[in-house]
Amino acid sequence: MGIEQKLGSMGVVTHRLEDLVNWGRTRAMWPMLFGLACCAIEMMASQASDYDMSRFGMELMRPSPRQSDLMIVAGRVTRKMAPVLRRLYDQMPAPKWVVAMGDCASCGGVFNNYAIVQGVDEVVPVDVYVAGCPPRPEALIHGIMTLHEKVKAEKFTDWG
Amino acid sequence: MPFMEKELKAVVEDIKKRFGARETEFRGQVSLISEPEKLVTIAQSLRDDHNFEMLADLTAVDYWPEQTKRFHLVCQFNSYSRKMRLGLRLPLDGNRPTVDSLSGVYPNANWHERELWDMFGIRFEGHPDLRRILMPHDWEGHPLRKDYPLGYEEVQFTFNYDEIDLRKPKPKE
Repeated sequence: MGIEQKLGSMGVVTHRLEDLVNWGRTRAMWPMLFGLACCAIEMMASQASDYDMSRFGMELMRPSPRQSDLMIVAGRVTRKMAPVLRRLYDQMPAPKWVVAMGDCASCGGVFNNYAIVQGVDEVVPVDVYVAGCPPRPEALIHGIMTLHEKVKAEKFTDWG
Repeated sequence: MPFMEKELKAVVEDIKKRFGARETEFRGQVSLISEPEKLVTIAQSLRDDHNFEMLADLTAVDYWPEQTKRFHLVCQFNSYSRKMRLGLRLPLDGNRPTVDSLSGVYPNANWHERELWDMFGIRFEGHPDLRRILMPHDWEGHPLRKDYPLGYEEVQFTFNYDEIDLRKPKPKE
């Protein structure tokens, strides 16, 4: 009693390709392992059984940038880490997105000093900022849901 | 000196006699104070004559805005065979002080001295490879100096957001 009835006898359903592709992108958005500080603990918690991000097609944290679509920058980025972050971002295949998780990744947080980059948006283009120090798994998942909404509204012409 | 053990006392007396150092004690931790020119000879003597096998720490303190004796170089020596600890403190003169390198006596001083150069700008003569160790190699200034600016970027608030946003670095696609 599901999609089979809607399909009818022809086994065909019509849909906009743009919506279908965006739906596919949101349903298999593999994040890259990029835990840098305490936010990484919350990121692990959101992957683990209680919050379980695999419900949203994110069961695989990829250690390789070449297999990932989403970079969750979880934690503070030091001046020396910034080139590494940018390089990993450049190695990710398009389409790619970035979530700045937590205050440090968003704006430097409490670390306004010589060592820390004041927000990863100085290095890579950020799609969603998640506030919190560190944000709870609910907040991270909300951020990812927000990103999904953003991706669903994307147009092919924008990628062109 | 109620807590100082006899063995350590003998070491302290010997160093005081031979190198003219002063001694201080804080809660049972004994330190010697001496001139920076004697750093290597005192360390050599502690290692060879008194069995201090280990240089546990080599660090510095900045007493800015005091200019004469602005930096204090602080060494901590351990002796495992005789179960002793001894500190050595060397007040350095001026803004760009230079000391002889300890890395010939204790090889692990190598990285400590690089860190001191990086963070405080203390030069070590005779160091095999005095580069920055923590900061990027093209960094200017020495961040742990007291006269180094505390924050490196202005904080964005709602009232000055646009003004600061103009100067903020932006990523290229």
